[in-house]
Amino acid sequence: MLFLNDTRFRAVFYQFIAISLVLLAAWAMYATASANLAKQDIATGFDFLSRQAGIAISESSIAYGPTDTVARAILVGLINTIKVSFLAALFGTIIGVLVGIGRMSTNPLLSRLMLAYVEVLRNVPLLLYLFLWYFLIILVFPPVRQAIQLFPGFFLSNSGLAMPALEWQSGFCLTLAALVLGIAAALVVRAVSQRRRIQSGKANAGWIAALVLLVLPVLAVWASGAVSLSWSAPEAGRFRLTGGLQIRPEFVALLVGLMLNLSASVAEIVRAGIQAVSKGQWEAAQALGLPRSRTLRLVVLPQALRVIIPPLTNTYLTVFKNSSLAIAIGYPDLVMVSNTIMNQTGQAMETITIFMGIYLGLSVAISLFMNWYNARVALKAR
Amino acid sequence: MSDTQILPAAMNAVARPARRSEWRSAYFGTPGNAFVTLVCGALILLLAKLALGWLFLNAVFDGGADACKQSTGACWPFLADKLRYMLFGFYPFEEQWRPLAALCLFLGGCCVSMIPRVWGRGLLIAWAIVILPVLYVLMAGGVFGLTEVPTSKWGGLPLSFMLSFVGLAFALPLGIGLALARASHLPAIRVLGVGLIELVRGVPLISILFMAAVMLPLFMPDGVTIDKLLRAQVAIILFAAAYIAEIVRGGLQDVPSGQFEAGRALGLHYWQVMSKIVLPQALKKVIPALVGLFIAFFQDTTLVTIIGLLDFLDTVRTALRDPDWQGIAVLEGYVFAAAVYFVFSALMGGYSRFLERHFNTSHR
Repeated sequence: MLFLNDTRFRAVFYQFIAISLVLLAAWAMYATASANLAKQDIATGFDFLSRQAGIAISESSIAYGPTDTVARAILVGLINTIKVSFLAALFGTIIGVLVGIGRMSTNPLLSRLMLAYVEVLRNVPLLLYLFLWYFLIILVFPPVRQAIQLFPGFFLSNSGLAMPALEWQSGFCLTLAALVLGIAAALVVRAVSQRRRIQSGKANAGWIAALVLLVLPVLAVWASGAVSLSWSAPEAGRFRLTGGLQIRPEFVALLVGLMLNLSASVAEIVRAGIQAVSKGQWEAAQALGLPRSRTLRLVVLPQALRVIIPPLTNTYLTVFKNSSLAIAIGYPDLVMVSNTIMNQTGQAMETITIFMGIYLGLSVAISLFMNWYNARVALKAR
Repeated sequence: MSDTQILPAAMNAVARPARRSEWRSAYFGTPGNAFVTLVCGALILLLAKLALGWLFLNAVFDGGADACKQSTGACWPFLADKLRYMLFGFYPFEEQWRPLAALCLFLGGCCVSMIPRVWGRGLLIAWAIVILPVLYVLMAGGVFGLTEVPTSKWGGLPLSFMLSFVGLAFALPLGIGLALARASHLPAIRVLGVGLIELVRGVPLISILFMAAVMLPLFMPDGVTIDKLLRAQVAIILFAAAYIAEIVRGGLQDVPSGQFEAGRALGLHYWQVMSKIVLPQALKKVIPALVGLFIAFFQDTTLVTIIGLLDFLDTVRTALRDPDWQGIAVLEGYVFAAAVYFVFSALMGGYSRFLERHFNTSHR
C-alpha cells in the first residue's frame, strides 16, 4: 500500500486507468458496430462518396445534377449552409447593433420597444419561429399561377421570388481575379495614405486613389471584351417558374429566422459592451463638444468592441450551428443533404462522421479567426 | 416632528415640476427625440390594434371550423377542441389526469425549489427519492393499479419539461466533472476533458440527436435496444454537460488559486478541497448563467421533433394537421405554442435576474 500513497505514482496510475477505459470503450464500440454492420450487410468505408448521388437538390450555387457524385452533393449542401449563415450573421449583426443602441436610448419609449423586441425573440424557440415564418410566407403570397408581377420579369409567389439574372458565359474567373486585385491595391493605398495623414496631420486624397484602384481592374477586364453575359428571365410554366434567379421561401424563412434570432443576441451583447465603457468617456467626449451620435461612434463603440468580440464569436458559432435547423423546413443545407444520402446509402456512420467533421472544422476555423480579430482590437499592453 | 411634516410637502413642490420637465425632455427633448417618440408611439398603437383585432374583435369564440374559415381573426374553438391533445399528445385520453397531475407536481416542486432559503441537501433528497419517482410512476404506470403507458405514447408539454429538466439534472454533475477534468493538472485527463467538451460544442445539437437516433443502435450488442426517448435524453444530457462544463470552468477560474492551496495545506484531499471549498464558491458565481443556459435548453428540446419525438411543438403541429382543422388555425396554433414557451422562458429569465441581485447583495 506504500506506493499508493505516493502522489506521483497515483497521478500516473489515474491517467493510465482513464486512458485504458476510453480505449476499451472505443474498441468495444468498434467491435460491436462492425459486427452489426456485417450482419446487416451494410457497406463500410468512404467509397460511396465517388458514386452517383441520384438526388435532386432544389437550390445550389454551383452546377449540380442528380448524376453528379455524392461528394459534390455534400459540397452543394455545405455551400448552402455557409451562404445562409454568412448572410444571417451579416444582416443579424447590423440589426442587432442598431437594436442594442436603441436599447440604450434616452427615449423610454424606444428603449422599451427594443427590450420587447429582444424578449419576444429570445423567449421563443428558433424552430417555432422557422415554422412560423415559413407558414406566413406561404400564407401571404399567392400560388404560382397567380404570381404577382412586380416589374416585368419579377414574379412574387408562394414558391419564392423569381427575377431575371445575369449569367456568365465566360470571363467569370478573370473578373473575380480583377476584383481581388483591385481590393488588395485599394487596401494598400488606404493604409499608406492613413499613415501619411497621421504623420503630417493633414487630410489627403488617398481615398480617391483607393476608390479608383478598386474599380479600375474590373473595368479594364470588361473593356477588353473578355467577358460576355447573358440575361436569363424566369418564365411562367404551369406549376412553377423556370430560369432566372429564384429566391425560395425555405431560404427566406431560414434566413429571416436565423437573422432575427442572432440580432436579439447581438443587441444584448452590444448593450452590455456599451455599459462596460466607463461613464467618464461619455462625459469627456461631451466636454470636448462631440454630439451624442459621434461620441457613440468615435469614442464608445471602439472601446466597447473589446468587450463585445468574445461573446460575439459565440453567437456567430451558434448561428452557424443553428443553420442545421434547415432540415425542419426543407432547405437543402449540409445536414439535410447528408440525411438524404444517409437514407439512400444506409451508411449512417460515415455520413454523420463527415458532416460532424465539417462542422467541427469550420467551428474551429471561425473561432480562430475571431480570436485573431480579438487580439487585434484588444488593448495593447505596453 | 415639524420637520418631517414640512419636508414631504417641500419636496413635492420641488420634485413635481422637475419630474414633468424630465418627462418632457425624455420624450420630446429635441426634434429628433420627438420624432422617435412619434414613430414608436405609432408603431405600438398599430401593433396593439392588430393584436386586439385578431385576438378579440374579429375572433371567433364559438362555432366550428366553418365559422373560423369565414373570419379573419383568431379561432378560439380550435384551441378549446385541441388543447388536451396539444398538451398531452397521444397519452390515453381517460388517463390524461396523470400527466396533468405530474405537470402540477413538477411545477409546484420547481416553484418551491426556486426559493434560495430551501436550498440544501434535504431538497435534493426530496427530489431524488420522492418527487422524481412519483412523477415517473404517474407517467409510466404499471403499479398501484395504474395502467401502463409506454414511452412511445408520451408527448406534449410533460415530455418537453422532462427532456429539459431531467437532461439538466443529469448534465449538471457530468458537466462539473468535465470542468474539473479540464482544469486538472493531469495531462491525460485534461486532454480527454478538453476533447469531449470541444467536440460536443463544435457540432450542432441536431447532429448529436441524429447520432443518438441512427448511430447508437449500431453500437449496441445483439438484442439490446434502448428506448428512443431515452436515447434522445442521453444526447441532450451529453450536449448540456459540455456547455455546463464551460460555464463552470469560468466559475472555477474566478476562485483564487490560494483557496485550493490553502485547502491542500490543511491536509484535505483533492475531492475534499473541491467539494467543500472551491466548488461552492465557483458554483455560486455561475448560478445565473446556468439558469440562462437552462432557458436555452428548454427551447432547444424542440429539436427532438426533427427525430420524431412528440414534444410540445410537435403535438401542436400535429394538431394543426388534423383533417377537421387543416389549414384553418395554423397561426393560432403557433401563437399558442409561442405564448407557452414565452411565459416559461420569461419567468425563468426573471428568476435569473432575481438570483443575480440576490447573490450580488449577499457579498456586500
